[in-house]
Amino acid sequence: MFQAVAMAAGVLILAGLAAVAIFLIAKAMPALVASPEELQRDGTDFWPYVPPLIFGTVWAAFLALLFALPLAVGIALFISHYAPRKLAQGLGYAIDLLAAIPSVVYGLWGILVLAPAVRPLYEWLVNNVGWFPLFAGPVSGTGRTVLTVAVVLAVMILPIITALCREVFLQTPLLHEEAALALGATRWEVIRMAVLPFGRAGIISATMLGLGRALGETMAVAMVLSPSILISFALLQSQNPTTIAANIALRFPEATGLGINALIATGLVLFVITFVVNALARLVINRRKEFSGAN
Amino acid sequence: MKITRTGLAVAAVAAASALVLSGCAANENGGGVPSNLSGSIAGVGSSAQGAAQEAWIAAFQTSNPKATITYDPQGSGAGVTAFMDGGALFAGSDSPLKDEELAGTFAACVPDTMPFEVVDYISAIAVVYNVDGVDSLNLDAATIANIFAGKITTWNDPAIAALNAGVTLPATAITAVHRGDESGTTKNFTEYLSKAASDAWTWKADKVWPADITVGEAADKTSGMSDTVTGGVGTIGYIDLSKAGKLGVANVKVGEKFVAPSADGAAASYAASKPLDGRDVKTSMAVSVDRKSTDAGTYPLILVSYIIGCQQYADAANVELIKGYLGYIVSAAGQAVSAGVGGAPMTADNSAVATAIIAAVK
Repeated sequence: MFQAVAMAAGVLILAGLAAVAIFLIAKAMPALVASPEELQRDGTDFWPYVPPLIFGTVWAAFLALLFALPLAVGIALFISHYAPRKLAQGLGYAIDLLAAIPSVVYGLWGILVLAPAVRPLYEWLVNNVGWFPLFAGPVSGTGRTVLTVAVVLAVMILPIITALCREVFLQTPLLHEEAALALGATRWEVIRMAVLPFGRAGIISATMLGLGRALGETMAVAMVLSPSILISFALLQSQNPTTIAANIALRFPEATGLGINALIATGLVLFVITFVVNALARLVINRRKEFSGAN
Repeated sequence: MKITRTGLAVAAVAAASALVLSGCAANENGGGVPSNLSGSIAGVGSSAQGAAQEAWIAAFQTSNPKATITYDPQGSGAGVTAFMDGGALFAGSDSPLKDEELAGTFAACVPDTMPFEVVDYISAIAVVYNVDGVDSLNLDAATIANIFAGKITTWNDPAIAALNAGVTLPATAITAVHRGDESGTTKNFTEYLSKAASDAWTWKADKVWPADITVGEAADKTSGMSDTVTGGVGTIGYIDLSKAGKLGVANVKVGEKFVAPSADGAAASYAASKPLDGRDVKTSMAVSVDRKSTDAGTYPLILVSYIIGCQQYADAANVELIKGYLGYIVSAAGQAVSAGVGGAPMTADNSAVATAIIAAVK
């Protein structure tokens, strides 16, 4: 009986995934096979339009991970190995609470608080280190740049990465840690030799979950970013590459005809990107499995 | 689309039962709102007039508790499509029907009859700015075009200074903010620039901001525009006058004077505009707004929003309700309500024309 229920649950999730995939492919098809002239009439030119969106999606998510990952691992280590028990518990709750904030609130915070606050810093960066390509000017007058978005996204994905890493680090076999200590290792060396190698697969899984959220985040990006369809690595300018999800949210309400199909086709592209990223992560985890001791 | 269809089915059932229960007639009462109408009608269209529609529906349904009116602000394009497909009994649109749309078929109307177009909502678009120490700003169309096209990049540019004698302009960089989503406001703004500053603005009027302008920031919806201009430094944008809030509002050069946006100026600008070529003025109020007006009593940077419906509805069930509701919104009472949400009430003459067009609907 229980087996049947469990199996039904498993089948259901696969069926759900398949349903989404079929919907995306069916609705995207008209745009994928349409001629450029037909697409132009409905306000989109599909193929030149997709690469900048892919770039923007991956770029914003990558920057967010760049900020969030070291911070999350640091917080998780602090909670699992350094902090006094009371503090660790409180900190854990506070981090989990971050995950409960709806993304529209993050978006409002980004546009009303964070963007105006970081604008002077951006100005300083452009004036002083503007020779560095990432910080090239002219600086945005509002702070609504891809860097601000990355910071908002980093805060959003921080809780999920932290929570998972913390759990994984707590699973480190005590014997490994004590063995390292017995060999004369310092606390830091214990973490480096016992905790991190043991938790590597877990860290990667956590990162992938965070990356998934960053890739698909819609509301916060749509609200904070000043979007354009272009490929640019500059972090502080007014013209920023937008993400697939945010672009769909912005364009969908007024889209007509093939324009709708083209937007759904970009959704299909996002689906594929997420799939590829997850497959890569699986590959890495499987390759490392024998060393991790997590099985 | 599916929801609209279901709504229509419900509307049809409600209308049928309403007909059985009461012979309905539009009676004018003291407040200018007809009463004792019943039935259910649905409209789809422009979000620019969404707030006005909400106010009208609230006022109308208070006097007509048995009537149900819905307006779904999906956008002008969606509204026209829904109306042509028969999914909505009327559409709200920020632009008149295109020629190819007029040549098409209208599912809700008697075959081979044409739709009517009446103006129901006019509002002024303000050019708003946020520059420290600048309390008043004069601009002309060419300067606005050059700012938004990225040819003028600092606030103390000679072109701006020449229009603002006596104002100390800072050397701050200009951040021009445009709408990132598709918007009727953008369409009217770019139409104004393309006509009033045709030398400086080489793009055509469109609801999407020109993609090849590589300066400036994009903001989502009216609220995003307001937040972005408010939160930035040296920003300038365009927004419905009613949403300008505490932002600085530029005076725009009309003729030899600099005119601040106002409801009166907007209504006067519409009243002074010429009907579109090829339209029968007995059934269409579609105009080509005179963006190059030189009369200082007008403010030509306006948005004109239309109601599009059938001259003869194929299904007679809801005609009285449609006439009652649409007649109310273009009446003086209805226009006064729209003023409460940022609209510019039509002049009495224009209101009379609209009333006559709707009275002729069958």
